[in-house]
Amino acid sequence: MSATAQSGRAGMSLAPSTHLRRRNLIQLLITKFMASATLVSVLVTVGIVLSLIPTTFRLLKEITTQVFGTVWAPLFTPSQYGMAPLLTGTFIIVSIAMVIAIPIGLASAIFLSDYATLNLRRIVKPILEILAGIPTVVLGLFGLYVVNPEFVEKYWPIGEPLAYTALGAGLMTGILIIPIIASVADDALSSVPRAMREAAYALGATRREVATKVVLNAGLSGVVAALILAFARAFGETTIALMVAGSYPKLSANPGDPMQTMASFIGFAGIGDAEVGSSAYNTIFLVGTVLFTVTLILNILGNRFIARFREVYE
Amino acid sequence: MSMIFRQSQANKVSKEEPKKGSSPMNSSATRKPSEPLKFVDPVFTLKDVAVSYGDFVAVSDVNMQIPSHDITAFIGPSGCGKSTLLRTLNRTNDLIPGAKVHGSLFYHDADLYHPSASAVEVRRRIGMVFQKPNPFPKSIYENIAFGPKVNGRPKKSELDDIVEKSLKSAALWDEVKDRLNESALGLSGGQQQRLCIARSIAVEPEVILMDEPCSALDPIATLRIEELMAELKKQYTIVIVTHNMQQAARVSSYTAFYVTEVNLTSDRRTGKLVEFNETKKMFSTPDDERTEAYVTGKMG
Repeated sequence: MSATAQSGRAGMSLAPSTHLRRRNLIQLLITKFMASATLVSVLVTVGIVLSLIPTTFRLLKEITTQVFGTVWAPLFTPSQYGMAPLLTGTFIIVSIAMVIAIPIGLASAIFLSDYATLNLRRIVKPILEILAGIPTVVLGLFGLYVVNPEFVEKYWPIGEPLAYTALGAGLMTGILIIPIIASVADDALSSVPRAMREAAYALGATRREVATKVVLNAGLSGVVAALILAFARAFGETTIALMVAGSYPKLSANPGDPMQTMASFIGFAGIGDAEVGSSAYNTIFLVGTVLFTVTLILNILGNRFIARFREVYE
Repeated sequence: MSMIFRQSQANKVSKEEPKKGSSPMNSSATRKPSEPLKFVDPVFTLKDVAVSYGDFVAVSDVNMQIPSHDITAFIGPSGCGKSTLLRTLNRTNDLIPGAKVHGSLFYHDADLYHPSASAVEVRRRIGMVFQKPNPFPKSIYENIAFGPKVNGRPKKSELDDIVEKSLKSAALWDEVKDRLNESALGLSGGQQQRLCIARSIAVEPEVILMDEPCSALDPIATLRIEELMAELKKQYTIVIVTHNMQQAARVSSYTAFYVTEVNLTSDRRTGKLVEFNETKKMFSTPDDERTEAYVTGKMG
């Protein structure tokens, strides 16, 4: 405190003391730092989008309706730009992953939130979270050296599966996203107030009815968030698709065939020797734009859904 | 076991000669020994009931009967085990890991905690209304329909009737009949609590347990619930836990007073039943001086 302030009413000053001025300066600097930190992530996102768009449009002007073709061979001469094989490959692998992961992930989440004892939950939950952190290259290796030769090649009835299969990639991607669905959905279900469960029990509901008809319903927005997160993860997964499904963009409906996804094409072409500015190089940007747009649309739809079904508890 | 018990005449109260030293009610010196209330065909009969969570004994030595088609109130300071005891009456405490009930607890002539007794069956007959209104995040209609749906497969027309009847019984029909398909969470607190009562009624229980049903409500909403309770006791047996002594005095015919006893050597706190008597007597000339101290505001 300054001497003026202590010397009584006559000489009282409300101007900031030296000490307060220093505190104000620090406050200002910290606010500026935090604001610029926030700005960085916004600018990076905007920057990435902006860098994709001009190249994408330049290429689209050049190839026009060729994108609707059925052969994807941008790195060969003559180049062919039909995106259908990439789209079907992505669709098939993501679908297989979701078909496997949704039932298993949701069942685990319901089990953990409403059936498992506290101790069991305390043990299983961290394991799930570790599982979610396994490097995808490990899952890719497992798919390539175990799942494809030991399971798909031996037992898949359609066609003659070889070393690379979409089925193997779908299975491994499914394993990748099971813990995401289980963990995030369990968080949502576990945060449904106990009062909601007690109310249902008090009406003579069984544990199953409480879990499926009340808790799942009350935690729906969180469960949908888990599914969207898992979908986005599967959709953008590169390593597993590249290693297990190969890099052959085959237009096929048979999951036993090798396939290429949009993400794995970028991974494949991005490390290749496509010359900067060549149309082969530009296709990377085109596929990146499509990938980004789909993810963006999905996120917007998901947020709308979550906002609509979110229940506010006091 | 009589599934649904209907008694036309008023409950007869008879006093039984107390057995010296057998009653846990008067552990400290009182004016005169209290005589346990006995009822004709009581809904609940509790003998030496204690409830523990792990090593912790929340409440012990409870001996009492609860009469049918009337309102019985549990009062006492926080932590005296009154809510715990209420929750054992429909096995809601089963849901808490480590909770254990000792002694015998009969619902009519059926042992509530017999190994063959199903908690789901018990709760279908003995409903519960909670401290904070807890409607499901569903429509008003679906909130009421939930119970009947899990307990059977009623037709749509039957369900419509049940919903209307239950909402009318809970004095909520006129306020919500035009918005049955809107979310129950849009109702006011008092309306939500009446909805929760209607939801309990919809499964046609015999008993409704109420755990401080008005503690989250304003005085006007509280009054409406109290009026509703007076109406409901014609058809249902009600047991209410309340922090509000005036509420107990207003709504109940019988009142049980619990205290927390502190064991000085172990510093363990355990709830005990001090006195169970007609409400009028409890609030005018109680048998135990601790009851008097509590109801006159000198304690608690």
